[in-house]
Amino acid sequence: MGLDSQQLVNAEGVSLTVEQALANLQQTDDPGLRYYAAWWLGRFRVTQPEAIDTLVSALDDETDRAPDGGYPLRRNAARALGKLGERRVVPALMRCLDCSDYYVRESAAQALGQLADPQAIPALRALLAGGVAAAVPTPGKPHLVQPYNAVLEALGSLNATEAVEDIAPFLNHEVAQVQNAAARAMYQLTGETAYCDHLLQRLQAPNLQLRRSAMMDLGAIGYLPAAQPIATTLAENSLKLIALQGILESHLQHIGFPASGLSTEAKQVLSLMDDLL
Amino acid sequence: MAGKGLADISTLVQAIETADSKAAIVVAVRNLAAANDPAAISTLINVLGYNNPGAAVAAVDGLVSLGSIAVPALLEELDGYNYGARAWAIRALALIGDPRALPVLLDTALGDFALSVRRAAAKGIGTINWSQLPEDQVAQAQAQVMEVLQQTTTDPEWVVRYAAVAGLHALVLKAVDSSFGAVISQHLQQVISHDRSLTVQARAQMALNALSGDLG
Repeated sequence: MGLDSQQLVNAEGVSLTVEQALANLQQTDDPGLRYYAAWWLGRFRVTQPEAIDTLVSALDDETDRAPDGGYPLRRNAARALGKLGERRVVPALMRCLDCSDYYVRESAAQALGQLADPQAIPALRALLAGGVAAAVPTPGKPHLVQPYNAVLEALGSLNATEAVEDIAPFLNHEVAQVQNAAARAMYQLTGETAYCDHLLQRLQAPNLQLRRSAMMDLGAIGYLPAAQPIATTLAENSLKLIALQGILESHLQHIGFPASGLSTEAKQVLSLMDDLL
Repeated sequence: MAGKGLADISTLVQAIETADSKAAIVVAVRNLAAANDPAAISTLINVLGYNNPGAAVAAVDGLVSLGSIAVPALLEELDGYNYGARAWAIRALALIGDPRALPVLLDTALGDFALSVRRAAAKGIGTINWSQLPEDQVAQAQAQVMEVLQQTTTDPEWVVRYAAVAGLHALVLKAVDSSFGAVISQHLQQVISHDRSLTVQARAQMALNALSGDLG
């Protein structure tokens, strides 16, 4: 289905055209309009060359600065580029991994994972330098020195088997979400289901955030045996449905749906989803 | 069926009010829900607004197991809810399936701002207990439901379209007008070939299989 004009509307009901979004991103007087335009181009999958070029330029923006010195526009531009599927932006995103702004590095790592270009692997691995010993909190900030979750997940998505030895120690990092990200990547890189068992156990964690993150990880890697435990964990149905969608679609692609028809497993996941509506 | 009596209910309600953690609230709400007593209805409805998913699930379970008797209170307070609470209340109404909730569920499926609310409503209008409606009103109400569900299969959110397909599946099994089968089959075919979500396509395929008598 193409772009439906009815859908090109933001939460306040303000609609943009592609031309307006590009013009908003190219001007520099109103940082709010630029920030929104960058998000909008990603959300509505505007892949025309001018959109890509303008977003790449925004990765070097110096005008939109947060009080803490961060680069809000760069963050949004990197996220948008991750959604647009153009691999020619990979070198520009790799340079963002050296940005002083943690959130730019995080968005760039996520985008590189989505773009599935293995040339990003060495630059991503570099952020794991020093291993778990170096992976400590940034003083005065609510995050670690590097966006480890995003880096580990990207390496898993990129099938970076050469990084297994860098990743494995993070299974024992003191932050539970980092352990989850490492388990997710290790499963993708080795196919060992023991790593998924770690995530399945997390579905019973007393902390809701941990259950949510384990659910999303299991959905993202499409681990079919997790469908039932996800359906019964204590969390919002909206998130369970998204995780089950991830599991179902991996399975459907694996069996070759629609040509294949539905398997017994697919019907079971659909029944679980029906009960969560 | 017999409740535990008012004295017990007020003790159970008090346990919710004095619970000192989110987990303790969940346990207290479960206990109140398990009493299955109409005197618990207003407290269970209040719990929907606590922003505590575990407690809300327990409260919805309790309201659903009380069934139709909880419907007037749920409908009455619907407008005063925040979005979170409204979503849970619509979910309760959708699961109870009382036709008195049909007008509000129809409006909600088409027009609510929150996608989780549209999702619950779309499923709910397909699973109304038609036997609770006077027989001469069923055909017209079902026609209205079918029209709204067909429209809802074009919602921008995949999960709402999914719920609409599940709703159509449930509706066709209870349809009094035998022409619904052909209309819904044709609509499901369209969903399978045009919907951009693989999950929605799969749900439509499952409904279509059931309609063609292929239950395996």
